Amino acid sequence: MGLSSFRGGIHPPGNKELSKDSSIRQVKPGKELAYLLSQHIGVPARPLVKKGDRVLAGQKIAEASGFVSVPVHASVSGTVKGIEQRLTAAGSVCDAVIVENDGMYQEAAAADPAGDPGQLSREEILERIREAGVAGMGGAGFPTHVKLSPKDPEKIDYVLINGAECEPYLTADYRQMLEYPEQVAGGLRILLQLFPHAKGVVCIEDNKPECIRVMEQACAGDPSLQVRVLKTKYPQGAERMLIYAVTGRKINSSLLPADAGCVVDNAQTAAAVYRAVVLGKPVTERIVTVTGDAVARPSNFLAPLGMDHGELLEAAGGLTKPVEKLVSGGPMMGFALFDLHIPVTKTTSGLLCLSADEVSRHKPTACINCGRCVAECPERLVPARLARFARYGDEKNFLKYYGMECCECGSCSYVCPARRPLAQEIRSMRKMVLANRKKEGEKK
Amino acid sequence: MKEMLHVSSSPHIRSRTATPNLMAMVILALLPATLFGIWNFGVRALCLILISIAVCVAAEGVYERLLHKESTLKDLSAVVTGLLLALNLPPSAPWWIPVIGGIFAILVVKQLFGGLGQNFMNPALAARCFLLLAFTGAMTDFSVTGGFGTLTDTVSGATPLAAMRAGESVDLMSMFLGCTRGTIGETSALALLLGGVFLVIMRVIDLRIPLTYLASFLIFLLLFGGHGADGTYLLGQLLGGGLMLGAWFMATDYVTSPITPAGRVVYGVILGIMTGIFRVFGSSAEGVSYAIIFSNLLIPLIERLTIPAAFGKGGRVHEQ
Repeated sequence: MGLSSFRGGIHPPGNKELSKDSSIRQVKPGKELAYLLSQHIGVPARPLVKKGDRVLAGQKIAEASGFVSVPVHASVSGTVKGIEQRLTAAGSVCDAVIVENDGMYQEAAAADPAGDPGQLSREEILERIREAGVAGMGGAGFPTHVKLSPKDPEKIDYVLINGAECEPYLTADYRQMLEYPEQVAGGLRILLQLFPHAKGVVCIEDNKPECIRVMEQACAGDPSLQVRVLKTKYPQGAERMLIYAVTGRKINSSLLPADAGCVVDNAQTAAAVYRAVVLGKPVTERIVTVTGDAVARPSNFLAPLGMDHGELLEAAGGLTKPVEKLVSGGPMMGFALFDLHIPVTKTTSGLLCLSADEVSRHKPTACINCGRCVAECPERLVPARLARFARYGDEKNFLKYYGMECCECGSCSYVCPARRPLAQEIRSMRKMVLANRKKEGEKK
Repeated sequence: MKEMLHVSSSPHIRSRTATPNLMAMVILALLPATLFGIWNFGVRALCLILISIAVCVAAEGVYERLLHKESTLKDLSAVVTGLLLALNLPPSAPWWIPVIGGIFAILVVKQLFGGLGQNFMNPALAARCFLLLAFTGAMTDFSVTGGFGTLTDTVSGATPLAAMRAGESVDLMSMFLGCTRGTIGETSALALLLGGVFLVIMRVIDLRIPLTYLASFLIFLLLFGGHGADGTYLLGQLLGGGLMLGAWFMATDYVTSPITPAGRVVYGVILGIMTGIFRVFGSSAEGVSYAIIFSNLLIPLIERLTIPAAFGKGGRVHEQ
């Protein structure tokens, strides 16, 4: 029997050896930190501080402004300089609380004292997670307490910890599991407390044997916890693929993981849940991989939220050669940056510095109908056709060919021998369809 | 950091396999059959191959130059077309046959419909069929001599398929090895299989098409061939004519085969049945070329009927 996986997918060069052996290092931020009010999916947080206020590390500086929203906490002590617009990694602008770092790192008293999660009720646990500002740290930034509040918690029979880290280059989750396996396992135990019928599964690709070993040790002796080894293949960590690999259940764009009886959380998110509930610590930092062939010392940093990407790069020794492309996140789904002056957020998984941009080196040529995109598409779509419908704005056929099922993993663009930007074309069309639907919804 | 940064939509990496690599692999896979053809039929075959490739490349280059289009010669598709056309010509064809055929393939079948990726028929095969209709005599003259090997000839000096049709016996081993009459590249099943297996191993072609093609053709012969389960007849049909060249190298042409996995199976089955109909009930012993170009026309329909169901289409709320 083979390892659990899914049909399709690609095998890009991993390039993880650049940074995988660099243990997590705490970095000190510079003078100014910017805390974006929208580090999660949902309603932006509402600022609680104003210009001139003194804040402490760990202090809540913005509160959740709805159910699908999470608060933001300062990662340093200092003075609020104001609320300004800042560039995000995705290229848009967002309001941010700007704090001048006083270099003293004075900590605020924990909102909730450290406690034994066994003594807490379901509501208390969820409240702690929410108050700590935990949002999905795998990349999407979905508020964790919302994910953990499905309609019927009794029906959840799997809590999956996503430790696949299938994006090339990134090693942040790898280091998290390797160095702090007890936090990940502890977080998973807390999550299991919320779902009485669930078993906890830590999902790791087979290219991380060290992680598998330590996580197995951390889960040993607890029959409700197990480690599941997955085939190394991109996008193994995509939520739908992960659920299918472990449980054999399929969900589509109109279903949630909870519909398949699953809750999926990233390894770092699980650790954040542990710190929030057991240590009473809010999310003020995360592990960020700074890597790429142009970086002097590829590293894994414990980076304070709000810290500038440029400072992260400096901490990694700066550049050894000119870069053509900077990417926030991994090379498959990350965002190309045109400026390094961007703050670290709860979803910043990496900073990738590439001396050569593979995309611009190849010019798109005519589609030769080879079918590679069809063979590799994990959602089993026909990307070449979808891209053509997208180009012609043919929404009817785009929907008929299941265009909205695309998970935007980018495998089609990666394999295309004609170097066509298939994922980009499909993504634009999906955005347009969603925008149209929203507009129509507003009319009604 | 003074340089301007590149910004583009993800993904930011690309696989190494590009169109020219794929075309180069097809050319490489055709080498055994090409070399065998030259050995079997002599220098004349080599000349036809060179003329055909040169004309195809020149036609594409001149057309794109005249119309101020970007040159696509680097993608090697014109070389593949030229080589395939030559392998489909009888070795005794006069020099102007590949000239007319090459120009027809590139200009009429490929470029007038929009160039690589837009042609709805396999250019080399469409040109072959055009030549076959226009210059039947020159295209069915297999009487060449001058090879470096010894031809295992049939009584009438015809191709093995034609001989079988006339009720003569054929030597299966020489058909497998290729020391028989036929077009330049079609005679050696062994050389073609070597190339086909190479393409499958290198993941250039999808095994679905050749396998379903050959299997459905065999089943058709079993049912309607009129020889029942006669092994010599079945093997002779399998090894003879353009079937191996067609199944491994022409039917698998990306542009003129369906993009969907199920569509490829349907396409292979239709090819097998069509080839069977042409060979059993048609007026000629051959049928592969016509079967392929006719099936090419069905591809838009086949694709539309075989859109794969999306991964989550069968997804539903899980009940315990």
